[in-house]
Amino acid sequence: MDKILEVKGLSQVYGPGCDLCFASTGPDLETNICPHCGSIVALHDLSFDLYKGEILGIMGESGSGKSTAVKCLYFDQMPYSGNAIFFDDSGQMPLFKLNPAQRRSLRNHRFGMVYQNPNLGLNFDISAGGNIAERLLMSQVMNYSEIRERARELLARTEVLTERMDELPKNFSGGMQQRVQIAKALATRPPLLFLDEVTTGLDLSVQAKILDLILEIQSELNTAMIVVTHDLGVIRLLAGRTLVMKYGRVIESGLTDQILEDPQHAYTQQLVASAL
Amino acid sequence: MSNGINFAFLDEYAKREIRRSLIKAICIPGYQVPYSSREMPMGRGFGTGGLQLTLALIGADDTLKVIDQGSDDSVNAVNLRKFIEMTCPGIATTTRLQEATLIQSRHRIPEQALRADQILVLQVPYPDALVIVEPSEDKRKIMHGEADYSRLLVKLYEDIVKFDEITISHRYPTRINGHYIIDPSPIPRYDVPKLHNSKALILFGAGREKKIYAVPPHCLAEPLAFDDVPFRIEDFSDSHGERRACKLCGSKTSFLDEFIDEQGVRVYQCSDSDYCEQQQECAHG
Amino acid sequence: MGYVAIKGGGRAIEGAADALELLRTRQAESASPLDTDTIEKQLYFLHSRILSEGGLYHPQLASLAIKQSLGDTLEASFALRAYRSTKPRLLETPVHDTRNMRLIRRISASFKDIPGGQMLGPTTDYALRLLRMELLNESPEQFQAIAKRLFAGLPERVVPDSFPKVLDSLRAEGLLPQVNQAAREQPFDITREPLIFPVPRSAALATMARGETGSLLAIAYSNMRGYGDVHPTVAELRVGYLPVMLPHPITGELTEVGEVLMTECEVVAMYQGDDTQSVPTFTLGYGACFGHNEVKAISMAILDRALQKGMQDGPENPSEDPEFVLLHVDGIDSMGFASHYKMPHYVTFQSDMDRLRTTQQKQEAGHE
Repeated sequence: MDKILEVKGLSQVYGPGCDLCFASTGPDLETNICPHCGSIVALHDLSFDLYKGEILGIMGESGSGKSTAVKCLYFDQMPYSGNAIFFDDSGQMPLFKLNPAQRRSLRNHRFGMVYQNPNLGLNFDISAGGNIAERLLMSQVMNYSEIRERARELLARTEVLTERMDELPKNFSGGMQQRVQIAKALATRPPLLFLDEVTTGLDLSVQAKILDLILEIQSELNTAMIVVTHDLGVIRLLAGRTLVMKYGRVIESGLTDQILEDPQHAYTQQLVASAL
Repeated sequence: MSNGINFAFLDEYAKREIRRSLIKAICIPGYQVPYSSREMPMGRGFGTGGLQLTLALIGADDTLKVIDQGSDDSVNAVNLRKFIEMTCPGIATTTRLQEATLIQSRHRIPEQALRADQILVLQVPYPDALVIVEPSEDKRKIMHGEADYSRLLVKLYEDIVKFDEITISHRYPTRINGHYIIDPSPIPRYDVPKLHNSKALILFGAGREKKIYAVPPHCLAEPLAFDDVPFRIEDFSDSHGERRACKLCGSKTSFLDEFIDEQGVRVYQCSDSDYCEQQQECAHG
Repeated sequence: MGYVAIKGGGRAIEGAADALELLRTRQAESASPLDTDTIEKQLYFLHSRILSEGGLYHPQLASLAIKQSLGDTLEASFALRAYRSTKPRLLETPVHDTRNMRLIRRISASFKDIPGGQMLGPTTDYALRLLRMELLNESPEQFQAIAKRLFAGLPERVVPDSFPKVLDSLRAEGLLPQVNQAAREQPFDITREPLIFPVPRSAALATMARGETGSLLAIAYSNMRGYGDVHPTVAELRVGYLPVMLPHPITGELTEVGEVLMTECEVVAMYQGDDTQSVPTFTLGYGACFGHNEVKAISMAILDRALQKGMQDGPENPSEDPEFVLLHVDGIDSMGFASHYKMPHYVTFQSDMDRLRTTQQKQEAGHE
């Protein structure tokens, strides 16, 4: 299998930071706030590889650092330290050494992002179709009929009623907004997709349909995905491999089935037990 | 001058700074060069940006033409011309396009083609075509730098979805030399194609917004459109599909002003008064 | 050719200028023209406003500008500003110390007792805003008598030459951050360089110093009312004459070349959570302008504080957004643009009509 992303030693600190930050925080000490300088160690020494077409789950409660990891990789923020290499068709890209223009180019063309809050991923002032058109226009598709056709296909694929493609997404239901967001993220057929708590807050039946949709897309387009969630059910259904995080550290990692069958860390055991 | 004002009003340092910005603007077609626009003794919005360019460029051997809305005799054109004549002793002024070396205009490019030895200065109220999708100048600069115009193009897309037409009437966003998109000033769409491959240097001056930009001679200028939804100029055909003519000179190709005459009848007349008069002179021999 | 209203412009402009001149001189039979000295002295606050918004300290020409514009503040400032455009910049003064101001007024809202004491000076703050009907028919004799009475009661020497600053004592107590001498930047000259965002603080201050009073007040007021949270305390407001120093052309020694009437305001705002600073202190906002313009100086100080916050943490409301504030407070820019809408827009309107008719036709065709 081909590697698509390699993350090494990714750390994020909010605050001034000091030499003792990493040593004085973590799951064993049950805190991510440095007692010496008051900084928050949101993420420490995260490393993993991701392969083409693979879904990797990152699971943890809020404050565990899972969203921070994705925000760094999608350039919503710059990490405190660490490296990540994106293996694109055209060559290797060291993510945190790229200039702002290169970073925006990756975001616009090669990465997709689906946020928990559709407001972040969609422009509510333009139509559902327009949202998808924007991403196509970034990629220099300049034929109106072709843009309409591609937008219609994508919305149909994500099970949005295509007769609503010219309506504003702010008038849509939460589940429908999430589908439009997924369609928009897929518009440029990115090889790598980030999903941050995409089903949180939706009705259970809607959740199930969206998770099915994500699986179908993965098998059709062979898109690699990083799925961030606090929900064991989401992990169980989507992720082949999973990282479990607490206080900014990975406390357990491996095949999802294995983790669910035979959790090693006390925290994971507790999680699995409570879900069963 | 008797009242202690320098030739062309501005002090020489100011004029030199404007010329420097101007050279940069010519070197990077379509790029908005910031400059420290001075206060002119007429209102911001009345053409102070174009005026500063004209004053920085004009010399005693120049012949100047000033147009507003196509007319040399409109209030604002007269006002600007009088001010320039007052502060630039020795220059000549004209209303005939062919005689002019320097032309300052608001809202129109002359009907007749410009020559290589002429410079056209256009007055600009809003220099940045992106302002309709992004209010922050800081962010707009990045978008221009990366030629990221997707948000502007989505506007066109949404227009066609809603109205089956691109509804931008004037200030039509135009891509210069394949990169920067400019606001070509409030000229009608009819004038936009004249920017393309022009023999004359075309300069844009925004006084209030403190920007200068240029479309150099023989430069690519493409109005924004989709491959299958072309850019269209104003339609002057009547209900039978026939092109309306100017009631004075009979021209069937010029940009027309529409108005209701004293009998309450709708009539059409050339917007470019100099062109219209020359057409009439020709007709009468 | 009844239509072409824009033609015959030359004659129309001359006529308009005459009509305005007639408006200015219509009292000619019964009164004499305003002299510039009267404007400076009796329309003191109007004059102050023009000095500051015109951005040129020339008391006599400011009076002239008021006279010829019939008291329109925007027009008068405009004329002064345009005059300034014709003048090259020849010299630069060193940084001035406002401790050296010869004060006519200084107050502090933060302490009752301030070193040097409070000095109320000329202010309408505590005046009852009742119309003084007796001034309706004030005779020159009455006018003189008032002045005579006031001068007679004046002791020879009431006011010291200068006062210490309230901020110095706050700073000495460690309640304010120390002045960072290293960070002192070369001042940004807004008359020679365009604003390219982000701009340094000196560019923001210079822009506001000649900003339009009403615009500054409106945006500062939005911050005070809840679209922002500066919550200022006026540490010191001082009005007086600041000596202007220039290097002597031959000896190079700093020499006083004159003085300018100025208003200066320093506000202290509550400490705001700041991750990077170890010791919490108050934060500062600074406002200063030519002339005696207290509301303007206070508004500017509040906006300075708001903008500093916006530059550091990102703007959360309009008053903290440098682009929003600095590009909209200049009276010359904004009044010019508002006025230009009175000019003909025939060509663009023709284009608008074309688009509207085309879309109307398309919609009608679609409905059939």
